[in-house]
Amino acid sequence: MLLIPCPWCGPRDEAEFHYGGQAHLAYPEDPSALTDEQWARYLFFRDNPKGPFAERWMHSAGCRRWFNAVRDTSTNEFIEPRCGQTAPRGERGELGEGGRNTTTGPQPTTKPGGPEVESPVSERDRAGETQPFRRATGGRIARSDRLAFTFDGVAYEGHPGDTLASALLANGVIRTNTSIKLGRPRGIFSAGVEEPNAVIQIEEPFPEPMLPATTVELYDGLVATGLPGRGRLATEPDPARYDAVHAHCDVLIVGAGPAGLAAAAAAARSGARVILADDQPELGGSLLSTGRLPSWPAEVAALLEASADVRVLRRTTVFGYYDDNHLLAVERRTNHLGAHAPDNVSRERVWRIRARRVVLATGAHERSLAFADNDRPGVMLAASARSYVNRYGVVPGRRAVVFTTNDSAYAAARDLAAAGVDVVAIVDTRREPGAQVPGVEVLAGHAVIGTQGGDRLTSVTVAPYGSEGPDGSQGSGGSDAPQREFTADLLLVSGGWNPVAHLFSQAGGKLRYDDALGSFVPDSCRQAVEVAGTANGVFDLAAVLAEGAAAGIRAIEAAGYPAATSQLPPVTAEPASPPAHVHVVPGAAEASSFVDLQRDVTVADLTRAAGTGMRSVEHTKRYTTAGTANDQGKTSGVLASGTVAHLLGVDISVLGTTTFRPPYTPVSFATLAGRDRGVLHDPARLTALHPWHTAHGARFENVGQWKRPWYYPLSGEDMETAVLRECRAAREGVAFMDASTLGKIDVQGPDAGVFLDRIYTNMMSTLKVGMIRYGVMARLDGMIFDDGTAIRLADDRYIVTTTTGNAAAVLEWMEEWLQTEWPDLRVRCTSVTEQWATVALVGPRSREVLGGLAPGLDVQNDSFPFMAWRDTTVAGIAARVCRISFSGELAYEINISPWDALALWEALDEAGTPYGITPYGTETMHVLRAEKGYPIIGQDSDGTVTPQDLGMSWVVSKKKPDFVGKRSYSRADTLRPDRKHLVGLLPEDPSAFLPEGTHLVADSVLPAPPVPMLGHVTSSYRSAALGRTFALALIKGGRDRIGERLYAPVGDRLIPVTVASPVLYDPEGARRDG
Amino acid sequence: MAETATRTTRHSPLAHAADRFAAATRTSSGDLRLAELPFRTQLNVRLDPKGPAGDAVGLALGLPLPLEPDTAVRACDAVRDLAVLWLGPDEWLVVGRPGTQQDLESRIRAAIGEEPAAVTDVSAQRTTLLVAGPRARDLLAHGCSLDLHPRAFGPGRCAQTTLARAQVVVVGRKGGFWLLVRSSFADYVADWLLDAATEYL
Repeated sequence: MLLIPCPWCGPRDEAEFHYGGQAHLAYPEDPSALTDEQWARYLFFRDNPKGPFAERWMHSAGCRRWFNAVRDTSTNEFIEPRCGQTAPRGERGELGEGGRNTTTGPQPTTKPGGPEVESPVSERDRAGETQPFRRATGGRIARSDRLAFTFDGVAYEGHPGDTLASALLANGVIRTNTSIKLGRPRGIFSAGVEEPNAVIQIEEPFPEPMLPATTVELYDGLVATGLPGRGRLATEPDPARYDAVHAHCDVLIVGAGPAGLAAAAAAARSGARVILADDQPELGGSLLSTGRLPSWPAEVAALLEASADVRVLRRTTVFGYYDDNHLLAVERRTNHLGAHAPDNVSRERVWRIRARRVVLATGAHERSLAFADNDRPGVMLAASARSYVNRYGVVPGRRAVVFTTNDSAYAAARDLAAAGVDVVAIVDTRREPGAQVPGVEVLAGHAVIGTQGGDRLTSVTVAPYGSEGPDGSQGSGGSDAPQREFTADLLLVSGGWNPVAHLFSQAGGKLRYDDALGSFVPDSCRQAVEVAGTANGVFDLAAVLAEGAAAGIRAIEAAGYPAATSQLPPVTAEPASPPAHVHVVPGAAEASSFVDLQRDVTVADLTRAAGTGMRSVEHTKRYTTAGTANDQGKTSGVLASGTVAHLLGVDISVLGTTTFRPPYTPVSFATLAGRDRGVLHDPARLTALHPWHTAHGARFENVGQWKRPWYYPLSGEDMETAVLRECRAAREGVAFMDASTLGKIDVQGPDAGVFLDRIYTNMMSTLKVGMIRYGVMARLDGMIFDDGTAIRLADDRYIVTTTTGNAAAVLEWMEEWLQTEWPDLRVRCTSVTEQWATVALVGPRSREVLGGLAPGLDVQNDSFPFMAWRDTTVAGIAARVCRISFSGELAYEINISPWDALALWEALDEAGTPYGITPYGTETMHVLRAEKGYPIIGQDSDGTVTPQDLGMSWVVSKKKPDFVGKRSYSRADTLRPDRKHLVGLLPEDPSAFLPEGTHLVADSVLPAPPVPMLGHVTSSYRSAALGRTFALALIKGGRDRIGERLYAPVGDRLIPVTVASPVLYDPEGARRDG
Repeated sequence: MAETATRTTRHSPLAHAADRFAAATRTSSGDLRLAELPFRTQLNVRLDPKGPAGDAVGLALGLPLPLEPDTAVRACDAVRDLAVLWLGPDEWLVVGRPGTQQDLESRIRAAIGEEPAAVTDVSAQRTTLLVAGPRARDLLAHGCSLDLHPRAFGPGRCAQTTLARAQVVVVGRKGGFWLLVRSSFADYVADWLLDAATEYL
């Protein structure tokens, strides 16, 4: 989330601010001197530049001050005033270039703690092991504990530390599902979040769709099924809790592989607040899979645990990188506990992290190659197979062929061979590969041109890979070249590595193509972020560690903390020979070469896209859907770019990648919703009388966030009956309503009268102390914005009321004018909406009820006239009583402290019982006011309506030199005679009801479309007092149509209606004084 | 006017939540303390800090009006229990013992004299919630985007911001926080706090 720099409160989340549009537009000195065109230019025309833009903001959830700021509209950066933290540009690791691809030093032949050669699988009868592909030793699983799970209806066993994928492989299951479009059998392809194939659905303990089996931690009782590329949403409500946490830190390190751990170790104990987030249950990243530095991750973990200011978030995927170093992460807290998850702990948690500096150590994903039938179960990324062997103690097959363009697959071949897998050949597209594996044939300058098999790979066809050019994309040797076929159930593939630049790219970072690496690597970013390790294109372990440590030190130093010395573990350097850059390998014409496995997109599909003339990977992506599945093309994105480049005959660096957008991995809506569900979804604002309303059966209406009593049905009553009864009580006896929700603003200062004269359309400065006046406020365009009353407490003090939904907006509006245009006015506004509770007491008997409870108040009309207010006590409670009527009846509004509201309400209820006092809700209020033609702003007006349109010219002062909106009332548009006027409507059938929103037409027969519309119904009710239905409507030239017959299309009928004055009840106002 | 009412009939916005707060406090075994501090006097004071009125009010209260944004000053002894919170560059909230609003308002008005200013009793506009205990910061971090770490937000700090979906004034206190919550939002905030506290109970 963007930080906006409040000049007073400092940087705060953008959600706390209100946008005020272009800055430096002064209110004209004399609007009346402007032509219509000049006034319209001031009202409606604004600059819209790309780049720096001066604009106004209000810190509405904070200090409520307006301020000017300059924002770059293309980057959202605030240029002035500046945020506390500014982002350095283009900072890169010192080891960026020199540290990678080291070719010195002997090649290690054994790894510390590496696996020894052994029988490939353990026998079933050995130690009761039931998993035929499980190694007897090795890996990071807890062999002594067994977890029972079911996949596709078959029961299996696994161990703690397994993923669902590793447990399936241990049980000899590699085929997990079929593909989305072609229905081809697919199997486990990787060992991490990049998995395109093995998408499964958890059925028990709670249904959850579309999860890669490689990311599901195994737990006892897990029931899952393979998905044909598409999941099913759960039909039952999710019983789990979800939540969110805001966190702040000096340094956030994403990824706990070698680079991230080195960075964290360097930053720990410096005093800086550090967060290290990693998506695995165990720290170590790629070290867990390669088996290198086996004890070091645990040592660093212990160091971090002992550091007070370091927080380690395991099972936490940072999935979004937003403005001002705001990153979102999801922590999977209890998923791995299955049915044993505690009820009071959230299942998943969103971390909203604001970091001063970020170190991205997100590693790299291995890339596949596009060759014929490269999708069979048994085809697997080479490093992933290595991960299964070393981390999970599983052999993914018994007889393997390795197909590679680079050195990394040799290490995988070595480890698989050591684990007892029969590695029959390494097929390398390079003519002179530098690496080798003892006892394994290397076919240099060869490629896999086809595979055979059904539910599992059975054999691999290899042929010489011809005339390899510098871009490595030339064709193979042709059909007469000698082919070899190898029997194999496993084909390990490595087409190179893609640094995981997703978060860097989301941060606004730019990528560049690295020729040596053959992939896209981070280049520069305006945010305070640094990339370290393989994510930065560095693959030599010693260099990765050094770069991580350097990044950690730079980050804490930039945050103002001293760097401590940290020791890196010794690592032997590895020899390396340059990789070949191959994407597509030609094969048999009838075979499919898959680029995006999850979307079933083939080289042929991309060829068709290129054939239509598409020249951008953004276009081919949308045409073919490559990269659009829920793996978001992690293994296929660069492969697709490389394929399109190959097809177009251009360099891949010209094409680039498609855009990386959050989330990095799918995040469920339930997680994002957190606890904002049910009653916590949106605040319900309640009045002090709410408990009484609830206890007395009120039905509630939402008005803004307020819950207002709508009507109070007696037993057996429907809404219509209840409202007619409530209306009758107000017109004939006495009734009372909770009016506490009206906005109230205390306006104090010597210039209060002058200020209100400018804000309201009518005159407020002439109001006498002790009296009340109705007022309307307009926007600059003259359209009604709000209405309410002003009561004058003293020469320098008023309390004004606003409509329920507009209280905050009106206060902001007043502050805007005071702070930006009229700072010379000595007046200040304070919200007192909840300082007062208000009860409306209405009806011909209201005077008797009030008089009985307020012995100190002379309630007679002469001494307490209409639109006067008095401070007194009512039922022993200090009260301010106002003679205001929104119904046309004799009525009072009694204002008291909300702490005393219930006492007052109950006293009124008791004192009114002899007169049949009746509580009423908003529906009755609406009927009563509509019978009198009183409009409700926001219901009978919609931002295109002037006071004159509502028939309230009397509320627009002709004496005041100026007020907000005045100039607009002489615009040609507001003077048109055919503007819509508020009028009454009487259906000719007195029981016919017009739904609100019904249009009105002139003729009894609908003409052919377009039908000329005259206006629409804004309010419609059944009236007890009139004994009929009636409506209010906005109708073109309505006041000149009174008495005319119009037609209202309702369903397939045209209901004839008569246009009437909006005041239908007591037009002479005889009832107001009782 | 507050003093004239019969005290036994008064209801604070979260009186009905007192039992739930007490239960949560009990169950947390000392990790959390949640309670409403009802009926506290709150006066909104707006004046020009550059004029003479600001100093005069400070003298009258025995506490200077804080001029640094997002800070609060407090005096708590046998005689006084008073805090002044910065709400804006010309706006403060004076918080005192229940029932002292008339006395405080007249003292402030007397100090201001004829200077243009606004003094408004807003004691019922917001209610005060105590959120204290070792897990108080963790609890608020579920819904408050501000950095509440003691380094950034200790005693003497206050801020108007949002907690979950409600606007609040957060005041740093020794061992915890005060939340000043608009009375109409009090039920929502209480429900939200108790729900967010589930994990700590």
